[in-house]
Amino acid sequence: MRAFTKLNGLAVPLMRNNIDTDAIIPKQFLKSIKRSGFGVNLFDEWRYLDPGYPGQDSSERQPDPEFVLNEERYAGAQVLIAGDNFGCGSSREHAVWALDDYGIRCVIAPSYADIFFNNSFKSGLLPIALDADTVNKLSEQCETTPGYQLTIDLEAQTVTTPEGEVINFDVDPFRKECLLEGLDEIGLTLQKRNSIEDYESKRKQSAPWLFN
Amino acid sequence: MAGKTLYDKVWDAHVVHAEDSETMLLYIDRHLVHEVTSPQAFEGLQIAGRQPWRTDSMLAVADHNVPTTSRANGIDDPVARLQIETLDTNCEHYDITEFKMSDLRQGIVHVIGPEQGATLPGMTVVCGDSHTSTHGAFGALAFGIGTSEVEHVMATQTLVQRKSKSLLVSVDGEVGAGVTAKDIVLAIIGEIGTAGGTGYTIEFSGDAIYALSMEGRMTVCNMSIEAGARAGMIAVDDTTIDYIKGRPFAPSADQWDAAVAAWRDLRSDDDAVFDKVVRIDASTIEPQVSWGTSPEMVTSVTGHVPDPAKLSDEAKAEGMQRALEYMDLEPLTPISDIKVDRVFIGSCTNSRIEDLRAAAAVIKERKVADSVKQALIVPGSGLVKQQAEKEGLDNIFIEAGFEWREPGCSMCLAMNADKLGDGERCASTSNRNFEGRQGKGGRTHLVSPAMAAAAAIAGHFVDVRIF
Ligand code: SF4
Repeated sequence: MRAFTKLNGLAVPLMRNNIDTDAIIPKQFLKSIKRSGFGVNLFDEWRYLDPGYPGQDSSERQPDPEFVLNEERYAGAQVLIAGDNFGCGSSREHAVWALDDYGIRCVIAPSYADIFFNNSFKSGLLPIALDADTVNKLSEQCETTPGYQLTIDLEAQTVTTPEGEVINFDVDPFRKECLLEGLDEIGLTLQKRNSIEDYESKRKQSAPWLFN
Repeated sequence: MAGKTLYDKVWDAHVVHAEDSETMLLYIDRHLVHEVTSPQAFEGLQIAGRQPWRTDSMLAVADHNVPTTSRANGIDDPVARLQIETLDTNCEHYDITEFKMSDLRQGIVHVIGPEQGATLPGMTVVCGDSHTSTHGAFGALAFGIGTSEVEHVMATQTLVQRKSKSLLVSVDGEVGAGVTAKDIVLAIIGEIGTAGGTGYTIEFSGDAIYALSMEGRMTVCNMSIEAGARAGMIAVDDTTIDYIKGRPFAPSADQWDAAVAAWRDLRSDDDAVFDKVVRIDASTIEPQVSWGTSPEMVTSVTGHVPDPAKLSDEAKAEGMQRALEYMDLEPLTPISDIKVDRVFIGSCTNSRIEDLRAAAAVIKERKVADSVKQALIVPGSGLVKQQAEKEGLDNIFIEAGFEWREPGCSMCLAMNADKLGDGERCASTSNRNFEGRQGKGGRTHLVSPAMAAAAAIAGHFVDVRIF
């Protein structure tokens, strides 16, 4: 997994609540058996006026000029500021892959759906939860300040605004460690092979019907 | 010390190792696999040169992408075909049990697991699909995972998890006639909201829940995720045990008694303490219809489309306004004035035999309204389809003007050819009314099978209790 340590990136505000994973990456793109290439279809139904389908030539699409990601000033954004309950709905990790492939490295929102939150860490995308007032303030500053860049320091657990305001955020220590080091979680778990085997042999005794 | 909740009991029985005071390595008993969220996980295994830990814990099926029309000629869409072939190849390569498209047992992953007895009380059940919560109806801890976690379970039979908080939703008393499991769960979501269960595992209890069949309990647990909870659970009782008995993957005769004895303990202790408790009076629940683009945007069939102007919370009013624009609905329109273009009865929420029986009872000797362009019935599995045909339900549907299809996810998410056109309105028994869920620009109203059937006949929503 790619490590996440420090980021200084352009922010883009998308202040809707309940942005679901169907909106982040619509289902027709889930037919792919790859992990990459989802970025051009991130927010497809909001981003383009014409219907999207897999394998399309994206240069022939009609971007919706009203949609925030299509505004020139937000080109190359790496931090997405969003509303409550971000990533709700389907478990599709393709939503994280699409954000990542587009170039988003960090999302800031008041809250996240659980599965999306979990999935993010697996691809090195950092989801930061801040209270709603702070998120609103950041999004307003972002809209009114051209080139609004946020600095995110995972080690220090801080978000720093262009004006130098420092905001602290929480992150679970285990996840933080994995993200900072870019650790392979499966490899880590396999170091506990003996514990898993012990558990299994005990369980085979107490609940043999689970091993048919 | 306080007693344990059902969730505590199943969780504790699966802890392999504590990473720290909150993060645990949890053993996984059952891993259900489908074509959309597994290819990248299998590829990850191969790249790392790893083998699946326990293939006998896995059961695979293609459901999201399969056509629901005749399958004699395979799949037209080359991208979908490649994805399904990839699942077939992976399952053959690793010797994983898979119900192929031609198998009578094929169907929606959350229908076939319980149907086969592959979902058992007290298990941890995972699948790369958020509606894995369905299996919690059996007193299992069942939750959806992303593809990286699918790979993690394949390689290690475990997951690194943090325990969630516990929420008890008790539906007390009895529901009225014509009120189904779907109405109960929609009413719950209407009450607690789509994020009401975020960070929690829900236990559903109360007389109205225990009065439900297993099919009904699955409908309720299925939509836990729509309330934000990764998992929903229901305690084990005779209904649970009777349902499992004799199913192909159920414990063998010599293990049965011991298994049942263990399952009897799968309920929250009387003195268990929950982090949050919500009580709902079952008698107040009416047949539900969603009007917006989130499952919490729901009301009863006797109600009206709400008016954003009456909301004091500005952000909420704006969200409601946006939803009404998308849905092309005027505030204060009576729900029963809303006309539908298509009707979809199916999905892992409502495609089991009992759902089809409920729909057939309404449809019998009636006809789909002329104004309805299409009315689809998509059974949850080949076995459900076979059972329905045995009971003659297919004839009732076909005579009324419904299309009787092959099993799969179909118009629940419109990955195959079954979808809504731009602006079309659908009465759907599925679980998500998100923008574009059933097709770009499509408008979804979530309802029970009986309510969907009645809407098909009338051409608009009607109160099934007086229909
Ligand atoms: S029926 Fe719908 S919700 Fe259920 S698994 Fe299929 S796509 Fe998902």
